[in-house]
Amino acid sequence: MDLSHILNSKKIKSSFFLAVFSVFFVVKAFAIQDSPKQGKVVNAKQDTYDPTVVILEHIADSHYWHLWGENAIPLPVILYTDKGLETFSSAHFEDGRKAFTGKYYTYKLVNDKVKAVDQSGKIDEAANKKVYDFSITKNVVSLWLACILLLIIFFGVASAYKKTVGKAPKGFQSFIEPVIVFVRDDIARPNIGYKYERFMPLLLTVFFFIWISNMMGLVPFFPGGANLTGNIAVTFVLAAMTLIVVNLNGNKHYWQHIFAPADVPGWLWPLWWIVELLGIVSRPFALMIRLFANITAGHIIVLSLISLIFVFKSIAVAPVSIAFVVFMDVLELLVALLQAFIFTLLTALFIGTATEEHHH
Amino acid sequence: MELVTPEIGLVFWTTISFLILFFLLARYAWKPIMGAIGEREKSIEDALLKAEAAKEEMTRLTGENEALLKQARAERDLILKEAKQVKDQIIGEAKAAAQTEGNKIIEKAKVEINNQKAIALADVKNQIATLSIDIAEKILRRQFEDQQKQDELVTDLLKEVKLS
Repeated sequence: MDLSHILNSKKIKSSFFLAVFSVFFVVKAFAIQDSPKQGKVVNAKQDTYDPTVVILEHIADSHYWHLWGENAIPLPVILYTDKGLETFSSAHFEDGRKAFTGKYYTYKLVNDKVKAVDQSGKIDEAANKKVYDFSITKNVVSLWLACILLLIIFFGVASAYKKTVGKAPKGFQSFIEPVIVFVRDDIARPNIGYKYERFMPLLLTVFFFIWISNMMGLVPFFPGGANLTGNIAVTFVLAAMTLIVVNLNGNKHYWQHIFAPADVPGWLWPLWWIVELLGIVSRPFALMIRLFANITAGHIIVLSLISLIFVFKSIAVAPVSIAFVVFMDVLELLVALLQAFIFTLLTALFIGTATEEHHH
Repeated sequence: MELVTPEIGLVFWTTISFLILFFLLARYAWKPIMGAIGEREKSIEDALLKAEAAKEEMTRLTGENEALLKQARAERDLILKEAKQVKDQIIGEAKAAAQTEGNKIIEKAKVEINNQKAIALADVKNQIATLSIDIAEKILRRQFEDQQKQDELVTDLLKEVKLS
């Protein structure tokens, strides 16, 4: 993939990007400073700024969507307990300061996680095993926003195609089309072969979902800011989709290679099965970890650079932080696309190996 | 460790949302988009192929035209040649006919001239003979008036007879 033209255009528009990321930076700095829960608690306890806590809190999921200052959107809590379903607003927790007594148990926010507690306020481990948290968290809202954004974009593009049948693409359609054609001609076709058309919807959905989610994660204020693709649950689901699709579409040769390899002696087969099983699982597992680690690492670096200001407690550090954050954000823009590309490419590759026709 | 432990809630919502997103996009976005892109590519390819075919057809037609032109030219040349031949032949024939006719006329004229000449000559001869006889008669009349001269004449005539 030749990215030099992207870099060149970046140079041309660098002043624009600088302006945009300067805004991002300021917002991020405020976001950290204003952090309502952790910042105050930590400061009250130790009177020192602990970047680890702040950073981990920012990349983790939350039952609130923090906007600015003391303002945060409380999100619905949905709990599935052994006695039944419980739904209430996270506003009842008052940023974790209060416990809330629901229909079946009493709950409290511990490290932004809903835990069942007993009368004295201690965590009730026995009850916790029966309580499953299906809350609409920040990441779930972010996920839905990403889905809505994707639906708006691609329904719009699809209707544009219906309007301009057989004509050249126009406007936003002409920006999207090369990307779709890229996914088709550089990801699907070379890796899957002539059967690529069946898998195009999945590959395109995965590619654009990851890309849009990554980009939204880079925006520090409301519609973005959630660390969606940097959450292991999300990457787990995406990788699981790959695992299922690859193995459901595996052909005779694929399964024969796993269970009855012709060039391996029979007594080695049990060992072979274990190795192959590990291979089947480890490939999507690597996908899961790769996406999660890349995006989370990007967030951590940006947050660490901003935390420097608060660690040194000096505004003089700000210019240095700004410079590095701008650099990192530009890099993350590239990573956002790159990770979407790699995930899709490897999915296509795995599908390709599973559906390959062997000619011995 | 909490960071790398997938939470059941998010897994649940992600699975449902992603599947819905997938089916919606597959049905209402990717299908028409991929179809349109494929169709457009196909139509472009068709157009290119058609252009190529048209070009070939054009070359073929040009070649054919040239061949036709060549043939026409050759035919024209042939016709011209034939016409020239016919012309020459006709002229030749006409010349020959004219010659013969002329010759015939001349021959006829000659014969006529000879005839006329003969007739004229005969006439002239007759007249001369008549005149001669008249003259001779007159002379003789005069001559015979004198006996001597009659004798002389007879002698002369006899001499002449001898000579002839």
